[in-house]
Formats: sequence, structure tokens, C-alpha cells
Amino acid sequence: MRRRVNRDRLTAVLMLSPSLVLVAIFVYGFIGWTGYTSLTDSNALQQLSGQTANYVGLQNYVDLFTGVLYQRFRLDIVNTVFFTTLFIAVCLVVGVGLAILLDQKIKGEGVFRTIFLFPMALSFIVTGVVWKWLFNPTTGLNVLPTYIGLPAGRFRWFISEERWFPFNWQDFPAIIGIIVLGIVVFLALRAWLNKRSQVAALLAAFALLLMAWLTFGDPKQLTGLAQPETHGFNVALIAVVVAAGWQMSGYTMAMYLAGLRGISDELREAARVDGATEFGVYRHIILPLLAPITLSAMIILGHISLKIFDLVYTLGGGDNLYIDMPGINMFFTTFRGQDFARGAAIAIIMLIMVAVVIVPYLVISLRSETSL
Amino acid sequence: MSLEAAIPPARRGGDNHSPVARIIIYGLLIIGAAAFLIPVYMVLVTSFKSIDQVGLDTMWQFPTSITFDSFARAFEKLAPNFANSIALVVPATLISAILGSINGYVLSKWKFPGANIIFPLMLFGMFIPYQAILIPMVQFLRTIGLYGGLPGLILVHIVYGIPITTLIFRNYYAEVPTELLEAGQIDGAGFFGLYKHIILPISAPGFVVVVIWQFTQIWNEFLFGVTLTGPSSQPITVALLNLAGSQVVEWNVQMAGAFLTALPTLLVYILLGRYFIRGLLAGSIKG
Repeated sequence: MRRRVNRDRLTAVLMLSPSLVLVAIFVYGFIGWTGYTSLTDSNALQQLSGQTANYVGLQNYVDLFTGVLYQRFRLDIVNTVFFTTLFIAVCLVVGVGLAILLDQKIKGEGVFRTIFLFPMALSFIVTGVVWKWLFNPTTGLNVLPTYIGLPAGRFRWFISEERWFPFNWQDFPAIIGIIVLGIVVFLALRAWLNKRSQVAALLAAFALLLMAWLTFGDPKQLTGLAQPETHGFNVALIAVVVAAGWQMSGYTMAMYLAGLRGISDELREAARVDGATEFGVYRHIILPLLAPITLSAMIILGHISLKIFDLVYTLGGGDNLYIDMPGINMFFTTFRGQDFARGAAIAIIMLIMVAVVIVPYLVISLRSETSL
Repeated sequence: MSLEAAIPPARRGGDNHSPVARIIIYGLLIIGAAAFLIPVYMVLVTSFKSIDQVGLDTMWQFPTSITFDSFARAFEKLAPNFANSIALVVPATLISAILGSINGYVLSKWKFPGANIIFPLMLFGMFIPYQAILIPMVQFLRTIGLYGGLPGLILVHIVYGIPITTLIFRNYYAEVPTELLEAGQIDGAGFFGLYKHIILPISAPGFVVVVIWQFTQIWNEFLFGVTLTGPSSQPITVALLNLAGSQVVEWNVQMAGAFLTALPTLLVYILLGRYFIRGLLAGSIKG
């Protein structure tokens, strides 16, 4: 019997191994390969003439972040930050709003749910083609207000060339530093109020260090850029947020609705008996319980927006730099510009951004699962 | 992931909203639904128009006469790619589903040392930006002679489908009582016997979820399609984009093309929405 089970164990591992080998090669092996390419000067011309690529160290990364010619990449990073923030905010607000509305014992809930979720079944290409038509500035969505007697909208959507909140790229480290400082101070205060003084002290020390660096250090130097370079929030991104939000907010709704249905009626009843209003029940009981779902949703949406490609490609086709993203830049650098090395460097930076979001999430979700 | 609906039904019991509150709630829901349906309205009214009716000033209006011309035109242009997508989706979905089922069975019922490390390493593969493997993939497919054709694309979709199919099946099989398998072992069944007689017969719902998910993902995929295939083997998403990027912008044909591209996944969603949502929620790890 025991020998039999051991043999079965071996069979099990053997049956799993083809998939393991495939993932090992095509995920990790290829990432390594891309990583190596990004450290060379590999390009199409070189490949066609049969030469081998030269090792150039981190030169491609240095170029992308500091080279005068590679402003487009910095623009992509700024666009990604703004797009990701807005896209997540829209999906969370619309998603939780619709979920709460649907949780009010609605007749025809199934119909509403189907309507809010169907865009998830579509390709980003379909979404892009249809919204491109709707975003037509002279006749698209802009005309809708006239049907209720209002003046027509004047927003030029994804072809808008407006830029808000202009800032110098050299100030980027300082801006990020200030945002991180704000978060750290907030966390420190919360730890202190919760009487976790050790954590609070640690965070406060970190905040002081950060503050010292911001005031006495030279954050500008970190960018390595000799000339000031203006970036900002490209208003055209709002169009991408609308289209992507239309497609993905049903997903957050589904997550929240599944979460709401998991909250017991007794809990709500108890709060009502204690005199809480319907609004109070949501504010103090239900929304805090949904916090883990918000975190999961932010991570899933965040990693989607960091690697967004199809939708922007359909709307802008790679020529519209106001909505450009790293994924688009990688595609054009590699397959049009034939510059494999810099394309690989952009891809690796994208991978790092996604990994920063996803790896902790994977570790935490799977750990909590095994402890159950 | 249980066998019940992914989103449990509403609780029964009294309605504690005033009539005014009810009206506001339904009002908001109807406005929301209308907003979500704007693109659908636009696709339908535009694609039933003939080209001379598609003026910028009549964009929001109903067609004055209904014509199926634009569908015929779009179908004529997209039909070969529609066929490509079918030829791509069917084998890629089935093979990745079968691999996922076996992997899920091993990882949920035959845990081995190191499985807790291997599983997350596998899962990471479904989150990576595919740009990070695209350059080696092109070179690899060139080397083995599969670049530009459907077999190469099928291979790619099978490989990158493994993480999600494994995840869904692993969570699904985790709920099969281990006692059931132990009883089977006492009766003398081995690895394959247990799979065939206990696991496989209850796998249908898991397969439905996985097949729907993979079908939708692969059908809608664009990046691999545009980089790894030549003109004759492009999937429908690439063809739709080419249609939209062509010189003469015939919006009625484009909208009809978008409709045709969306139709298969939309039908699956409407008919089997329950399973679709389950796959969707499985993507956020915790079933």
C-alpha cells in the first residue's frame, strides 16, 4: 500500500512536470533572456548581419531615464501614474456605488448585473473602436447635452492637447518623496494612536530621514537630467479612463457585490437595533468590512493599467503621445524601431512595476490561504 | 470556489426603504444602466445604416431605413480572421483546460515538498506584462519555424493559459473531500484511477468555468496576435483594428465589424454569465 502511494506521488509530480517546464522556460527563462537583451545593444541590423550584440551594462536604462532623446519614456511613466490613479479611482467608486445600489433587494437585479458586467466580455479592441467613434469631438458624446437643452460639450477627448499641473521631471523624485512622506506620517500617527509606539517610532524615524533628504539632499540630481523637462497631466487621458472604466468597473462591482453578500444580516440588524441609520450601517459596519476587497481590486486594476496596451493602441495608434504608455512605446521601439535592446529595457521596467504590485499580493493571499 | 453561484442571491426579508428612497435607488440604477448601454446603442444604430446615412450630424439618430449591407461588408472582410480565431481558440482552450485540470488535481490532492513555492511561481506567469517575454518569443518561434502562423500562436496561448487554468482547477478540487480519495485508494485506485473515477466525473462545472474564461481571453487577445502572426493567420481582433485603420473610414462597417468580433464572447457571457463571473472572480486569487 505504502509503496503504491509513493509510486502515485511520483506519477503526480511527473504529470505536473510538463507544465512546470513550460512555465520555467517561457516565463522565467524568457524574462531572463529579455533581461539580458536589455543589457546589450541588440538591434535588427546587427541581427541581420549576423553580428553578436555587445554587452553595455545598464546603459539602456540610463538612456531611458536621462537621455534627451528618450523623453517619450519619461512621458509614458508620468502618463501611467496619472492614468493608473484615475482608472483605479473611477472603477472603485463606480463599482462600490453600483454594488451598494444592487444590494438593496432590487427587482431585476440579474438584468442590471448583466448590463454592468457585459463590457468585461469584450476585447479592448472592440471597446477602443466603438469609443473612438463616440469620442468624435464634433458629434460624439459632446452632442448629448444638447438633447436636454444644454450647450454641446467642447472637450476634445483623446485628441485633446491640453496639459494640466505642469511640473519639471527633475522634481519628480521630490514629488514622489513628498507623497511617500505624507503616507508614512499618516501611518506613524495611526500607529501612535493605536498605542503601537515601536512601529510609530520606526516610521517617524523614516519620515525624518526622508525629510532630511528632501531638504538637504539633492533630489533633482537623482534624475540625472541636465535640462529641465516639462511634463504634466495630459487631459486626453480622461478619454482612456472613461473607456477603460466602462470596461472594468463592472468587475469591481462583482467583487464588491460578492463581498456584500458575505456580510451577515445579523450584523446589519444589530447595528440598526443600536440606532444606526441605513447610511451609518454602510459607513461604519459594511465599508470597513469591504476594505480587503478594495485592496484586491486596486492590485488587480493597477496591474492591468500598468501594462495597458490594446485600448491605447486602438485609440491612438502609437502616434498620439498625449495618451502614450510604456506598453505602446515598447511595441514601437521593438517592432517598428527595431531597437530590441531598448524595447527589452522598457519591458523589464514594466515587469518590475507589475511585480512590485503583484508579488506581495501573491505572497499574502497564498499565505492566508494555507493558514486556514 | 464552490458550486453555488459566484455572487450569492440577495438576502430575503423586509424592505426597509421608504418609497422615495426606492425611487432614487431605481432611478440611479436606470441612469447607470443607460450610460453603460450608450456604446451598444451607438453600435446598433450605426451598423444598420447605409454609408450615405452615416453623417456626423446624424450620428445619434435611428437609421431611416434598415440595411444589412454593413454587416455583409464587415463579414466579407473579417470572415477569414473569424475562422482563424476559431481555429486558434478551440485547441488552445481545450489543451490549456486539460493541463489545468491535471495540474490542479496534483496541486490540490498530491501535495509534495516545495509545492507551496512552485504554485505562486506558476501564478506569477499570469500577471506578467507579455512585453517582457515578447522579444525572445519572436526569436524562439522563428528558430523552431512556427513564427507567423497559427500553430505558434496556439502554443503561446496554451503556455500562458496554464497559470489561470491551474489556479481555477486547484481551488475547485480543493473542495473535494480528501476522504473520498482515501476511500478510493483503499479500494486500490491509483493516481489515474482516482482522477478518472472520482475527480473527472465532478469536473464539469470547473471545465465550464475554465473553458469560458480561456475562450474569452484568447478570443479577445491582441498583443500576441499582432506580433506573432502574418497577414493570412491574423486573429479577428487584429483584423478589426486593420479595418478601423484603413484609409476610408466607413463607420457603419467598423461598427458592424466590432459587433461581429464581440458576438461570440457576448453570447457566451449572456448564456453562461454565472460561470463567466466565477472565472472573473477566480482571477483575483481567492475563489
